[in-house]
Amino acid sequence: MPRFARPALFGVLGVVGLALVWELYKFFGPGNGVVIGDLTVLPRTSDLAMPHLATMVARLFEPVTGAATALPLWLAVLGACAFTLGIAAVGWIVGVTVGLALALLMQRFRLAESAILPWIVLSQTVPLIAIAPLVRRWGAQVEIGAFAWENWMSVALIASYLAFFPVSVGALRGLGSPDAHHVDLMHCYAVGWWKTLWRLRLPASVGYLLPALRLAAVSAVIGSVVAEVSIGLRGGIGRLIVEYAGAAGGDPGKPWAPIFGSVLVGLVAAGFVGLIGLFLRRFRRDEVSA
Amino acid sequence: MTAGSGSAGAVPAVDVHSVGRVFAGRRGASVIALDGVSLTVAPGEFVSLIGPSGCGKSTLLRLIADLDVPTSGNIRVFGKPARQARIDQDYGIAFQQAGLLPWRTVAGNIELPLELHGVDRAGRRARGAELIDLVGLSEFAGHYPDQLSGGMQQRVAIARSLAERPSLLLMDEPFGALDEMTRERMQNELVRICAETAAAVVFVTHSIPEAVFLSNRVVVMSPRPGRIRSIVPVGLGDVTTRGEGLREDADFFRSLSTVRDLLHADEHGDPSGDDRPGPGLPRGVETR
Repeated sequence: MPRFARPALFGVLGVVGLALVWELYKFFGPGNGVVIGDLTVLPRTSDLAMPHLATMVARLFEPVTGAATALPLWLAVLGACAFTLGIAAVGWIVGVTVGLALALLMQRFRLAESAILPWIVLSQTVPLIAIAPLVRRWGAQVEIGAFAWENWMSVALIASYLAFFPVSVGALRGLGSPDAHHVDLMHCYAVGWWKTLWRLRLPASVGYLLPALRLAAVSAVIGSVVAEVSIGLRGGIGRLIVEYAGAAGGDPGKPWAPIFGSVLVGLVAAGFVGLIGLFLRRFRRDEVSA
Repeated sequence: MTAGSGSAGAVPAVDVHSVGRVFAGRRGASVIALDGVSLTVAPGEFVSLIGPSGCGKSTLLRLIADLDVPTSGNIRVFGKPARQARIDQDYGIAFQQAGLLPWRTVAGNIELPLELHGVDRAGRRARGAELIDLVGLSEFAGHYPDQLSGGMQQRVAIARSLAERPSLLLMDEPFGALDEMTRERMQNELVRICAETAAAVVFVTHSIPEAVFLSNRVVVMSPRPGRIRSIVPVGLGDVTTRGEGLREDADFFRSLSTVRDLLHADEHGDPSGDDRPGPGLPRGVETR
C-alpha cells in the first residue's frame, strides 16, 4: 500500500461515516427532533430541515431558478467559489506577507516582540462583524488618482486580518527554533543577521511555517465568506449562502449547494498549501524521521 | 613541532592571559566560572582541557572562540584579539552535538562555511570532496544527517570544521555522545587528521584516556572557581605518529594515572589541592 493510501482511505471513510450518520438519524430520529425541556438538542428530521443527501446532489444539476436562461446550480456555485477563492487568495498573500514581516521584526528586535506581540494577540479578539463595516466605510474614502477602493478589497483586507495572525506567531516560533549550537556556529562563521536568517532561521522555520500557512489559508477563506456577507459584496459564496437560505422553505436542497461550495474552497486552499509543503519537503526532514 | 608551551619565536596559536569570567546571577549572586586562567598553546600543539563539570573548560573554549567575552584578562589567537581571529576565520570548531543542518546533505553541510564566505561553486565542490574523503564518507556525500549514525555525523562535523584549513581547531567534547568503540575509532582518525593538517587543537573532554591519547599536554582544571590545577605534558612522542598500539603502552598508563590523581586530588583529602601536587605525583608534572 502506498504511503498516502492510508490517510486517503480514512478520509473517504470519514465522509462516508458522516453521510451515514445524517441519513440514519433522518430515518430513525423523531420528526420533531430531540427536545429536552424547551430546548431542541437535535434537529427535526423533516425533508425541509434535513433533506436527503440525494436531494442535495440532484439539486446541484438543476437550473438555479425557473428562468429559461438560468445556469445549472453547480455552475453558479462554482463561479461563486472561484470569486471567493480569488479574494481569499489576495487576503492570504497580504496576510502572509504582513505576518512574516512582523515575525522578522520581532525576531530581530526583542523590544519589538514585547511591544507588538500582545497587540497581535489582542487583534484576534475583535469580532469580524465589528470591523467589517468600519473597513468598508474607511475604504470608501480611499481614492488616490485613478485608484479607487472597491468592496472586494475590503473583503480581502478582512481575510488578511485573520490570515496574518497564525503566520506571525508560527513564523516567530520557527525563526527562534534553531538550537543554540547552530546559532553559535553561525556566530563562529562571523556571518550577519541576514545570512543567518537565510541559511539557518528560515529553513529551520519551515516546519512551523507550513501549519501556520495552512491555518492562514483556511482563515482567509472563512474571513472572505463572512466578510462578503457583512459587507454585502455580490458574486461570492458568502452572498450565495445568504441568498439561497431564503429558498429553503420551498427548495430544501438549494441552500446546501453554496455550503458544499465553501467547503470546496477551504479544501482547495488547504490543498494549495499542502502543495507548497511538497516543494519544501527537504526542510522538514526532522519531522519525517521523527 | 615542539610539544612544549610557547615554543620560542613563533606566535602562539592561543595565548590566554590571566582570564576570568564571572556570570552574574540573580539578586547579585554571581558565579565565578573562571579565575586567573593562563594558558599558551603553540602552533600545531594538541592540548586537552579536562576536569569535572563546572570547572569552566567549556567556558574557556567558548572564550577562545569569541562566543563569550572574558570579564578580566585577555585572549589572543595567533597574536590577534579573539574577536578578530573569529572574524578572520582563524579557527574551526566542533561541538558535542554534531550540529549539522538537517536539510543539507553531507556535502552541503561540509561546504556550508565555504558557501557562507563566498567560495565559488567549483571551489566548494573540490574542497568538499577532499574533506569527505578525509573523513571516509565518500559513499555518503548525498545522504542527509538523519540517515547517518552518530559517529558519522560527528565525522561530518569535523570535516566541516576543517573546511577552511584553519590552523586552530576548537573541539568541545566532540566524541562525548558516542559509544566507546566509535569513540576510539574517532580518536584514531582525529590523530591522523591532525597529522595531515598540522593544526593546533584545543580539545575539551571528560575522558582521561581520550585526553592522554590525543594530547601533547593535558590541562587539568578544578571547579568553583574554575582554575587550572596543573598541566601534564604527555611524554608519548609526536602526536602525529601515535597509533592504536599506544593504548597498551606503559607510558600511556603512567600519564593516565598522573591525570587521574590530579583530578581526584580533592577526594584524597588534600585541602590545598589547588596549589599542591596530588599524592603520588610523578616527576615531570608542571604545577602552578
